[in-house]
Amino acid sequence: MARPASAYIAGAYELPMRLYPDKSLAELQAEAMLGALADAGLERSDIDGFFCGPDAPGTGPLSIADYLNLKLRHVDTTNTSGSSYTIHVAHAAQAIAAGKCDVALITLAGRPRSEGRAKGALARTDNPQQPDFQWEHPFGLAVINVYGMTAMRHMHQYGTTSEQLAWVKVAASHHAQHNPYALFRDLVTVEEVANSPLVCDPLHRLDCCVVTDGGGALLVVRPEIARNLKRPLVRLIGSAEAPKGQNGGEFDITVSGAAQSGPAALAEAGVTGADIRYASLYDSFTITVLMQLEDLGFCAKGQGGAFVADGGLISGVGRLAVNTDGGGLCNNHPANRGGMTKVIEAVRQLRGEAHPAVQVPNLDLALVNAIGGQLAVRHASATLVLERE
Amino acid sequence: MAQAERIPADPNPSPETEAFWEAAKAGRFLVRCCKACGKAHWYPRTLCPFCASLDTEWIEGSGRGTIYSYSYMRRATPPFVMAYVALAEGPTMMTNIVDCDPEGLRIGDAVELAFRSSEGGFAVPCFRPSGVGAAS
Ligand SMILES: [Zn+2]
Repeated sequence: MARPASAYIAGAYELPMRLYPDKSLAELQAEAMLGALADAGLERSDIDGFFCGPDAPGTGPLSIADYLNLKLRHVDTTNTSGSSYTIHVAHAAQAIAAGKCDVALITLAGRPRSEGRAKGALARTDNPQQPDFQWEHPFGLAVINVYGMTAMRHMHQYGTTSEQLAWVKVAASHHAQHNPYALFRDLVTVEEVANSPLVCDPLHRLDCCVVTDGGGALLVVRPEIARNLKRPLVRLIGSAEAPKGQNGGEFDITVSGAAQSGPAALAEAGVTGADIRYASLYDSFTITVLMQLEDLGFCAKGQGGAFVADGGLISGVGRLAVNTDGGGLCNNHPANRGGMTKVIEAVRQLRGEAHPAVQVPNLDLALVNAIGGQLAVRHASATLVLERE
Repeated sequence: MAQAERIPADPNPSPETEAFWEAAKAGRFLVRCCKACGKAHWYPRTLCPFCASLDTEWIEGSGRGTIYSYSYMRRATPPFVMAYVALAEGPTMMTNIVDCDPEGLRIGDAVELAFRSSEGGFAVPCFRPSGVGAAS
């Protein structure tokens, strides 16, 4: 099938530290931008499109764009929580195809660790006037207890076990041991994960991702510009997004928006899941990865547990290498928003620049999927299919 | 003696939902139902989420349902059970399961309404395993 006019990811940069006690959010935004520019071989003056999330302080893009002193003709602050930055890649490509910009900068930066904001246990910071607030806030909704409900239902419906979920973390630790920047580099076993303290049944402490400061940036550019740079060419060939809510109280929490965004993005790319050997999948919790594997079609619904068991996600061991940087479970989850680092590791893999111990040989296709928000409540899935030219 | 029970946080009623919270204070559990398509929905709203009609009304809910899923927030102080309960009227709602042994709960268990008073005195619709209350 004819692919739509597309764009390339020419710059990708992950801030190296996992704790930034002495930096402002704006400084981190600047360092992320400069890192991506250096990676691509572009100048700040080349940037004419800016995409950011609510982690950028100020009204939409205005304060940070002004701090960075960008001269822009296109901005987009689509916010779907952790999947925002994954969606931004697609929106940047669309803006470039529409002639609205040539070089789009996407940034993320946050300091939840320095600011003492734990991820799962605290109530969300919602607007009391959002219509669902009064029906959820009284009951103590927190990130972990709604993901816990997803895991509990998946176990009930499909017989998924804590030991199977643990394999997702075990695979992440196998990859993280090779990442000198990862927050946790120690190998863990299935027993260690399944026997770690229960935080919110059925999820254990080691089923949960890390809390880190940091961030990163991406540069999405027009094809003619990408071809004049010295970096390997990584092209976006398929994308889709899918918000999923509660549907008036008639819902199945064992199915995510990836069941919609995955097939749509793969169809646009003209490939199937069988063609994919590397995937970056948002791993806020172990159950999140299981759900995406099923909904993206890597295995049948309910078979995620068997798919991940026995090293199914470990590079060089399983059919599909997942999150070879160590993912959010071991490496990095900057600003509690994982959609940026997922894209960055996929770009490393396609360039052949992942750590040699986890690099998938001769990789020419990669899939990125992010789930922003809460699986069991309201979330947005975003899928990208990337190709090495 | 079990630990103290978690006190629900206050809702933030709007003009659209004041009737629900007023009725709750009087011990009544209302569910929003559509006169056009006949379906009940959750959470309550004027616009029917199924057929987009504005012709919706409050009906008396049975206060009965089954656990669709739950999780046990054992690290919280005090610990509590987050749950989705599938109401007898059809839709599934977020709630807490109270008056229970959290480790003995099962998906599919029958539950019944058990209002709990929030910090600010709102009656918040929680559920407990059926048969726990003195009335049953
Ligand atoms: Zn209706």
